[in-house]
Order: sequence, then structure tokens, then C-alpha cells
Amino acid sequence: MKKILAVCSALCLTLMFASVSCAAGTVKIGGLFAVTGPASFLGEPEKKTLEMLVKEANEKGGINGMKVEAVIYDTTGDATKAVQLATKLIKDDKVSVIIGPSTTGESMAVIPVAEKEKIPLISCAAGIKITEPVKQWVFKTPANDHVAAEKILNYMAKQKQKSIALLTVTDGFGSSGREQIKALAKQKGFTIVADEVYGPKDTDMTSQLTKIRGIKPDAIICWGTNPGPAVVTKNVKQLGIKIPLYMSHGVASKKFIELAGSPAAEGVMLPAGKLAIYDVLPKNDPQYKLLKEYDQAYKKAFGVEASTFGGYAYDAWLLASSAIKKSGAAPDKIRSAIEQTKKLVSVSGVFTMTPKDHNGLDLSAFEMVKVSNGDWVMIK
Amino acid sequence: MQFDQILQYALSGFSTGAIYALIGIGFSIIYNATGIINFAQGEFVMLGGLLTLTCLDLLQLPLWAAIPCAVAVSTVAGLLFERLAIRPLRQPTPINLVIITIGGSILIRGLAMLLWGKDTHAIPAFSGDDPIAIGGATILPQHLWILAITVVIIAINKFYFYHTISGKAMRACSYNRRAAGLVGIDVRRMVLFSFMISSAMGAVAGIIVAPLTMTAYDVGVMLGLKGFCAAIIGGMSSGIATVVGGLLLGVLESLGAGLISSGYKDAIAFIILLLILFIRPQGLFGKADSERV
Repeated sequence: MKKILAVCSALCLTLMFASVSCAAGTVKIGGLFAVTGPASFLGEPEKKTLEMLVKEANEKGGINGMKVEAVIYDTTGDATKAVQLATKLIKDDKVSVIIGPSTTGESMAVIPVAEKEKIPLISCAAGIKITEPVKQWVFKTPANDHVAAEKILNYMAKQKQKSIALLTVTDGFGSSGREQIKALAKQKGFTIVADEVYGPKDTDMTSQLTKIRGIKPDAIICWGTNPGPAVVTKNVKQLGIKIPLYMSHGVASKKFIELAGSPAAEGVMLPAGKLAIYDVLPKNDPQYKLLKEYDQAYKKAFGVEASTFGGYAYDAWLLASSAIKKSGAAPDKIRSAIEQTKKLVSVSGVFTMTPKDHNGLDLSAFEMVKVSNGDWVMIK
Repeated sequence: MQFDQILQYALSGFSTGAIYALIGIGFSIIYNATGIINFAQGEFVMLGGLLTLTCLDLLQLPLWAAIPCAVAVSTVAGLLFERLAIRPLRQPTPINLVIITIGGSILIRGLAMLLWGKDTHAIPAFSGDDPIAIGGATILPQHLWILAITVVIIAINKFYFYHTISGKAMRACSYNRRAAGLVGIDVRRMVLFSFMISSAMGAVAGIIVAPLTMTAYDVGVMLGLKGFCAAIIGGMSSGIATVVGGLLLGVLESLGAGLISSGYKDAIAFIILLLILFIRPQGLFGKADSERV
């Protein structure tokens, strides 16, 4: 009996000490996400992911015994608001690192604030301008669009497809993709024979596709996010076009196959972030385990599949928390620790940062996949 | 330029144009009964599609039962909208009413976002996805459904307005509200009817396009604007002129995207709208003092 008592009191003591050491330090992490508004499809999974991860970390005793506190604000996709909230995070909440914002426009607006106040910013937006040229305090987690475009063009080169018809959406994602494909195509010796666009809310693209059908290119590349590409896929089937159809990584989810309908989506190819296709990845892929765990935890917590966008916040959290673990919670230490990140396995890929590369992802972040029997299969 | 390309542009234009026409007629009916432009019309288009989805998925109804169900619920929504937002207004000046409809549309869209989420949803086609070839161009069975249902609805509309008492009463309201009231027509009830009819029509339009275009909480905005263009071209007539307006808009958009540049597709619609408003504000076919029903 005495033994049990002794063990109990020892346990109590350690627990007390543990809680004391917890209270001894808190590290504050700021989050700026477009949880509502037009970019909410980005911000919502990002916010949920960050909250889930912070909760998980605290249950495990925090980072190096420090409790993590996440202060998350909704920017509603508005750049002005994002700047105000970033200032608030830095001045009032005194956060050590900021994760977000969700969109390129907001990130560009917040960058001067982070640079001036010397707080590391890990953006969850894809625009290439964010980290090129490199800004000392700014990092980003989504791979650049041109990495995805390059993946498609490399695959096309293997298939000896030379002429491309472009069909891009007239929003930021589409026009950035359009410019980068054009630049890359020129470099790699492809010819762009058609350059068509469609509006984000358009419901019928048969006119553009009829024109493309008349030109007879070797391949069609469509660059957009749902639902446009699903409409394009349906229209291609309707018009009986047999030209290979490539999509962007923006529709790399089961949702796309569901929207386009499995007979129409058959044979569509695209570069996918590995999260969308982890169940068809080889088991020895370095990311496999982490992706599976993330997807299952997210499903358990929120009842829906984890999305690539939530993955951006996951990456940002992992970068920040590993940096804090390594060198403590001071902003300048976090910054240099993030910059020294080597082979950090995360959702969007394996990150290796350098002073010249504040994104840290390469072509291996994507895999080319094809729709077959209503599911993704990897193609080499 | 080959013939089959032109034919394809025309066919695509006709099927999108038919939708614009249906939504446009919804605008005109309310305009004629009340003198206001109901900017929430697009939201009923959205409601039609999303409610069908709910009936199919949640209630497990077959498609033929889900559609009338969705139309009925949208009609009730139209009724509530008129009762709760339009009628209580003390001084119903047109500008107040228009602003209320804009507010209503934002509210409905917001509620739909909460109920159905922000995702896009697909609805199965009524009769398969196998394209039908017509002289080198192709259309889907769903396009035929769209054209057929549009024709049927316009026929019913015509019959209602010219051969039933309540239809005639509604026309009377559009000529002169005060006089209609004096001869014993319940003008307020006619206004209510007009909201119900046009929300039902909007819902039907939303349902028949959903298999082609997918549906989401925010599809109503653009479709509503295009429908409004169609109604303006047709001079706010709730008959054949708006149908022609819709078809014209659809075909011009499609030809413009195909022959000129797809970047100007929406611009074409709105340039036509501006031209009509500047040059022929009474509509393409209207006489200055045209009958407006």
C-alpha cells in the first residue's frame, strides 16, 4: 500500500512539475486565413488544420514544454483587413511567427509589415511573387505553379506532343498559370496554337473547345479550379474531342472526378499534390505515412477529406514548430531555423530551404496522375 | 471557318440562351406586376438546383419526384420573400424595393452557403450523357430537355396570361395598378402570385441546367445578370420577346467566344445590354408604349 502511495505522490509531483513547466512558457503563433468570403475554400481548411495541430501539440505537452497558443483571425480575403490584422497580431498579440495569409494578394500586402516588424511570415498562397525575389522574413509552403506546369510539359515531351491549346480561367490562378505555361513552353520548344480563356462562373465552354477542335493541337491544357475544369471535361466529351486533356493541380481531388462524372473524366491527366493520391502512392514514399495520418485525423475531426489547401497550413505549422523546437521562440531564431530546414517531410512535399529559396519544393512535390475507372492512377 | 463549327456555336448558344430566357421571363413577370426588378431572381435559380440535390441525396427521392419537390419549396421561398420582405414596406418606392431585393439575394445566398456549404455539387443528367450528333455538331440529351422544357413553360405562360382570369388580372395590374384595384382586382395578391410564378420558373431553370453546369450557392449571380440582360433585350416582356432576347444573347456570346475571343464573352453580353439601354430602352422589339405582359 505504501508503495502505491509513494508511486501516486511521485506521479502527482511530476504532473505538477510538468504543468509548472508548461505555464513557464507559451509560444504564440498567429494565423491569418480567409475563413469567409470568396477565398473561403482556402481559408477554412487552413484554419481547421492549424487548430487541429495546435490542439494535438498541446495534448502532447507542447513544443519543448512550451504551450502553444494560436491566435487566428479571419481576413475575409481582403488585403486591407489582412494588413490591419497582421499589425494587430504583431503589436497586440505579440506572436512569434505568422502563418498565412491564404491568397497571393493578401500575402503581398502583408509582406512589408512582416519585413518591417521582423516577424517570420509563412504564406499559404501559391503566387510566385511571394518568394521571388526572396524576402528575408517571408516563406511560403505551396509549390510554385510553374513546378506543376513543368511537370505537365515534361510528360508531354515524353509523349512527343508538341503543340498546345491553352484554356485558362480568367482569375489570378488561371492567368498566373497561363503566363508560366507560355514562358516554359517557349523555353522547352513547344508551340502554343490556341490561347482561350473562360470566366470563373462560366457554364458552357463548347465555343472555345469547338475552336480548339478546329485547330487540332496535340494536347489541351486547362488551368483552373472547380467547377470550370469539370465543365470543360464534360464539354470535351460532348464534342467528341479525342485530344489528350491535361488539367492543373488545382483540381487534384476526388471532387473533380465526381463533378465531371466518371465516364467524361476518364483519361484526364494532371499533376497532383501527393495528398490527393496518397492511397495510390507506393508504401515506401517518404510522405505516405504523414499524409495518411493527416487525412485520417482531419476526417475524424471534421468529417470531410483533408484538402491540399489545409495541407499548406500543415506545412507552415511543421516548419514553424520544428524551428521553435530547434532554436526557441524568438522571431529571429525561428526565421533562421526555418531557412536552414533540410528534408522536412510534410504534406506538400519535402522541404529544403536555403537563403536563396524560401519555398523549398521541387518537381517531386507533384506526381502525374490519370483518371481511370473513376479513380487516380499514377503514370510515368 | 467550317460549317460544323458555326453550327456548334449556334447550338451551344441556343441551349444557354434558353436558360437566359427562362430566367429573364422571371424578371419580367415581377417587373410587370410590381414595377420592380427582382435582383433575387438568380437566387431562386440556385435554390432550384440545390434543393433538387437535397431531395435526391438526403430524402432519397427519384429524380421525377425530386424536381417537383424542389420547385414547390422554391415557390414557398418566393412566397415568403414577398410576404416578409416586399409587402411590409411602408413606402414602396421602386428604389427601396430594388435595394430590398438585393439585400434579399445576399441573405438567401448566405443561408444557402450555410446549409449546403461552399462546394460545387453535381446532379445527374435526366437521360444519360451520350452526345447526339446533328450534322457535324453535337449536343447532349440534357440540351434537348432544356429546349423542350423552355418551350412548354412559355406555352403555359402564354395560356395563363391570356386565357385565365387570374392571368388577365395580372395583366390588368401591369397596365394600371390603380385602375385594376378599382375594378376589384386584389393587386397585392397578384403581386404575391407574380413572385411565386417567377420563383418557380427560376427554380425550374436552375434544375434543368444543373446537370450541365453543376450548382453551388453562388451560381445565381451570373445567371441572374444574364437573365436580366435577356429581359432588357426583350423590353421586359414576359412573352416571346424575352425568349428571343435570351436566345440572341446566348448565340452572340457563343459566336463571340468562338469567332472573336473568349476573353470578351461576358463583355459581349454587357455591351449588348448597354447598347439596348442607350438606343432602344423599350427593348429590341417594343414600341415606345408597348404592352408589357
